[in-house]
Amino acid sequence: MMQHRVIVVGGGLAGLAATIRIAEAGLPVDLFSMVPVKRSHSVCAQGGINACNEVARQQGYSEYQHFDETVYGGDFLADQPPVLEMANFAPRVIDLLDRMGVPFNRTPEGRRDLRLFGGSLFKRTHFSGATTGQQLMYALDEQTRRYEAEGKVHKYEFWEFLWPVIIDGRCVGIVAQDMRTMQIRAFRADAVVIATGGCGLVFGKSTNSIMCTGGAAARCYQAGVWYANPEMIQVHPTAIPGADKCRLMSESARGEGGRVWVPRKKGDTRPPREIPEAERYYFLEERYPKYGNLVPRDIATREIFDICVSHGLGVGGERVVYLDLTHKDPDYLTRKLGGILEIYEKFVGEDPRKVPMKIFPAVHYSMGGLWTTYTRGRYNPPEPAPEHKAGMAPPVSCEPGAGIAQGAPDNMMTNIRGLYAFGEVNFAYHGANRLGANALLNCIFDGIYNGVSVVNFIRDDVPSRQPAESLPPAPFTDAVEREEAKVRRLIETARTGADAQLSPYQIGKELGDEMTAACTVVKSGPRLEQCLVRLDELKSRYTQVQLADAAAWSNQSVSYARAVGDMLILAEIIARASLMRRESRGAHYRTDFPDRHDDEFMKTTVCAFSAQGHDISYRPVDAGLVRPRARTYGKTEG
Amino acid sequence: MSAQPSASRTPPIAGRRIRIKVKRADGPGKPSRWEEFEVQPEPNANIISVLQQIAANPVTAEGDHTSPVAWDSGCLEEVCGACTMVINGRVRQSCSCLIDDIAPAPGDVITLEPMEKFPVVRDLWVDRARLFHNLKRVKAWVPIDGTYSLGHGPTESAAQQAVRYVLSTCMSCGCCLEACPQFTLEDDETRWDTTFIGAHAISQARLFNMHETGRQTKADRLDALLGPGGVSDCGNAQNCVKVCPKEIPLTESIAAIGRATTLHAIAQWFSGR
Repeated sequence: MMQHRVIVVGGGLAGLAATIRIAEAGLPVDLFSMVPVKRSHSVCAQGGINACNEVARQQGYSEYQHFDETVYGGDFLADQPPVLEMANFAPRVIDLLDRMGVPFNRTPEGRRDLRLFGGSLFKRTHFSGATTGQQLMYALDEQTRRYEAEGKVHKYEFWEFLWPVIIDGRCVGIVAQDMRTMQIRAFRADAVVIATGGCGLVFGKSTNSIMCTGGAAARCYQAGVWYANPEMIQVHPTAIPGADKCRLMSESARGEGGRVWVPRKKGDTRPPREIPEAERYYFLEERYPKYGNLVPRDIATREIFDICVSHGLGVGGERVVYLDLTHKDPDYLTRKLGGILEIYEKFVGEDPRKVPMKIFPAVHYSMGGLWTTYTRGRYNPPEPAPEHKAGMAPPVSCEPGAGIAQGAPDNMMTNIRGLYAFGEVNFAYHGANRLGANALLNCIFDGIYNGVSVVNFIRDDVPSRQPAESLPPAPFTDAVEREEAKVRRLIETARTGADAQLSPYQIGKELGDEMTAACTVVKSGPRLEQCLVRLDELKSRYTQVQLADAAAWSNQSVSYARAVGDMLILAEIIARASLMRRESRGAHYRTDFPDRHDDEFMKTTVCAFSAQGHDISYRPVDAGLVRPRARTYGKTEG
Repeated sequence: MSAQPSASRTPPIAGRRIRIKVKRADGPGKPSRWEEFEVQPEPNANIISVLQQIAANPVTAEGDHTSPVAWDSGCLEEVCGACTMVINGRVRQSCSCLIDDIAPAPGDVITLEPMEKFPVVRDLWVDRARLFHNLKRVKAWVPIDGTYSLGHGPTESAAQQAVRYVLSTCMSCGCCLEACPQFTLEDDETRWDTTFIGAHAISQARLFNMHETGRQTKADRLDALLGPGGVSDCGNAQNCVKVCPKEIPLTESIAAIGRATTLHAIAQWFSGR
């Protein structure tokens, strides 16, 4: 009998959760990652993971309200059924992680502790110090190692995904390159899960890890996979600007009582602790009395930007505001936030228990990503429900299958059969803005819940077709040859004394600067037009890129130069979709179109790649569960 | 806290030029050589941003064109464990090594070397597969009954969580192994199971033996640590705990596992196993 196999690309939370679930079902998994999986970017997540819990429930909270918050937080751009399923399933994800031994913070009685997070008035965020992502990653890494030891999972670490092999609209494998030996090979599989995260490096300095170029997603896109909502890029309000990256300062700092402020007086040069309370402008608390410092990220970011850029009230006249924890007990802070306080101490050299932190927004997360579909579940109300308020009975139970049909083979499948997108690279859950602590949930939900869909696809759907293993070799060898030719072309550009202006590192840096200036917190039509011109210029320079390394062994310049080409493609759809969306919604804010226009734009941007360029169109959002409403978070006038 | 309070720093001189000496090798088993670069670090620069600067314009201090230095890195915020190297003779994470701290004056020199306990891939990039392999030797996982919904995990005291959390912040960076006199370079994979396992794996065994479900495979872990290359190979140099960037109490873990293996051996002797 032919043996079916699954390939998972990406070893972060989504990839590992998928690997474990699929291996558990008895299917062999080949797991590809550019880094040893334990070092994946998910380790950088800090604050926590959201789920309804008994304490919140007894205060009137519910899984359904978590769903409502997420849809409202995303400014009604997400298709609603998958969001409902994710929120309903969330408590099961927490229980599973708990069983795997994640050291969640505990209450005095030994139960899982909870904290507040942005976009909610209820404590629904579970956490492990302030390195929750790291702790979740390690739990899944350990379970993956267990399956690896049992021979059910084969890891390909330091292997870079180059291209999906697609025959007649069906994905049957991938081409990948060993980053050490530089060998390029094709691998066959009956289903492929892409779980390769976000594309922060398109913006140069972001909170992302060094490998988050979006390269894998861009390659899938160029191979025919649709890319949705590229313009929806989350800029996190609180990060520490640095020379090599911007380091995240978790939203949990505000969840645990951190307050954001600037001196009321422009150009006040006093040290922060000498400025009396009355002379501090707690602008988030004053402007949003209901949510205060815990407004969603896009709002906090725009307000910080407004304070610094429009009003010139940044600390010392610079683009900096205070994030202040000094009023809290230092021991409490160490217990709840130790990991991030240590990062601040190590990289800035000041103790945030004693001195307010200096922070500024930085690119953090991509809500957009590869387009995926799903089968709707059993909850189909005749009319979308109005806003859900605490204490109201949820209109639907939280048993699996209400939002999307459990195990349906097409759940989170892209427009290419057998090619799935899980985690951040999947556009599905966060609409125009992601709520804090929903990303970890999204990753593990995709892997665990939708991993079953991959298994079912192979069981129910693949047998009617030719298994990947028995397909003729030509499409695979052709794909390998194409990738080898690309690498040869890059290596042939290498020369001693390469033109620094044509260095991939220089082009990448200029790309990042331009994208940060034009496509982040505040966008406008004229600036986006200018950005597209600049991107054309960079693209034409990229055609003459020159490497300074001709080595046929462990050549990191090849990998980076290839990624620069992919980042230019993503940059182009980010800028174009930003220009075409003539409204403001969530993280996408246009000064020339400051309002949300549901009639015209409550629609998913869908980009399809063709030889002629990018074909950008719109698909209606499935908003059948909750009626859209204005997203104000109780902002006061003035 | 290993963070340097700002007061203890020599104030860095803005606009200074410093030297970076890098020990390079083109591949495994290839001869190594030193190359020197002169750079003007940006404010808040770290080793990573300086290496990025060199990659963008790889010209040595003598004016010779060369290739960008290869090195391993990931998160750049000391949580992924990738960017370990030997900096001025001390093993540490290069992302959290700030230029202002170690080279504040014009003409200051920083030396960068790959770890020597792991085979070199290229330049500063080494292959740490053995480190991960050793986690399998002690079954460093909780043996759960699969991923289907089976209710919550065991409750745990806040005090025990605090101990487990610290042990669980081990990012497999390899600092403890580089500093350990008992852990030596071993290219031959067939010898990995019988050579010293390392402080990181011993500490992970302690982590999983503390967990209520993890404890069910405690005997397997202790068996592995009683065997060749196990806990008794530790020479008690205590270097590991001094270089751990996460300040994990590795020597406490080694002592705890030492006691546990002794008790385990006695119990085995009495039960005639």
